[in-house]
Amino acid sequence: MTEIIVVTSGKGGVGKTTTSAAVGTGLALKGHKTVIIDFDVGLRNLDLIMNCERRVVFDFVNVIKGESTLKQALIKDKRVENLYILPASQTRDKDALTVEGVQNILDELKTEFDYIVCDSPAGIEKGAIIAMYFADRAIVVTNPEISSVRDSDRILGILHSKTLRAEQGREPVQENLLLTRYDPERVEKGEMLSVQDVEEILAIPLLGVIPESKAVLRASNQGIPIIHDAESDAGQAYEDAVRRFLGENVEHRFLSAVKKGFFSRMFGGRQ
Amino acid sequence: MSFLDYFRTKRPTSAAVAKDRLQIIVAHERSHKGQPDYLPALQRDLLAVIRKYVPIDEDQISVSLDKAENCEVLELNVTLTSDSPAAAAMS
Repeated sequence: MTEIIVVTSGKGGVGKTTTSAAVGTGLALKGHKTVIIDFDVGLRNLDLIMNCERRVVFDFVNVIKGESTLKQALIKDKRVENLYILPASQTRDKDALTVEGVQNILDELKTEFDYIVCDSPAGIEKGAIIAMYFADRAIVVTNPEISSVRDSDRILGILHSKTLRAEQGREPVQENLLLTRYDPERVEKGEMLSVQDVEEILAIPLLGVIPESKAVLRASNQGIPIIHDAESDAGQAYEDAVRRFLGENVEHRFLSAVKKGFFSRMFGGRQ
Repeated sequence: MSFLDYFRTKRPTSAAVAKDRLQIIVAHERSHKGQPDYLPALQRDLLAVIRKYVPIDEDQISVSLDKAENCEVLELNVTLTSDSPAAAAMS
């Protein structure tokens, strides 16, 4: 049974694409055949994060319009077996995505894949709505920051009312919170919302907390999904999140500040 | 209050302020969730019509849509204060 996962947030720049790449890669590394679809038509970026930008020939919209087959548009990941990417098009035509077109593609993908990860664009426009429409599960990516939390709450409202599951009165989309760019040190100083604060406001189960980490930019610079960096705290946090997503009971890490020793305080620690 | 008290009083942290603000705005926005987009415009129009007869303020009118089992109820509430002419005429 294929599961469709939407990675969404409302607000831009909180880590949707980073999360889609990490979670999709993580699922494939665990042996599940996975495809990640970039729904951000006009502003595609998943290809860069996955380091396949030079291999894009056909895209999502080409397939919808019948200009190419799905097989021609799917890009096979070079690092991980079982992992494919369906890039968004760079067209500025906003009506390129249609519910029927997307449904046809998802139906075809369902015959082959275990997981379909939909990387939603920011906002609550058509692209974001279609990205979540067919979802079985949602990963709501949130930063511990007021505008991001508020937007996530809006997105949760839309997940409750505008998805196919909601319209058909089926079991609702299973929602999970992924808190990213978390800085325990600032939380302890009272300068940042804590994970408990955000959980209390959004009231959905916590999938994981990704600490603020220099490794994330380093990974995106090179087009390596952060989950491959098993040395980094963020990479490990994503690995934990994927295991929890698959039903494992994994304790949360990186929630409290690392006590700096005398030397690292004097000379500055490097991560 | 002595000079030193300024340093002793614990002011809420910025994170606590953020949480309070969020809880209020999120609760407010959730109460409007599922309401059709035309409600604010409808409220404005109704306000204009009522104002032709009675001078009322924006906060004296509220429009909401409630869903019961299988019917929807559009509720219009107009509060007339004792100093408005209509209320005065009735008493």
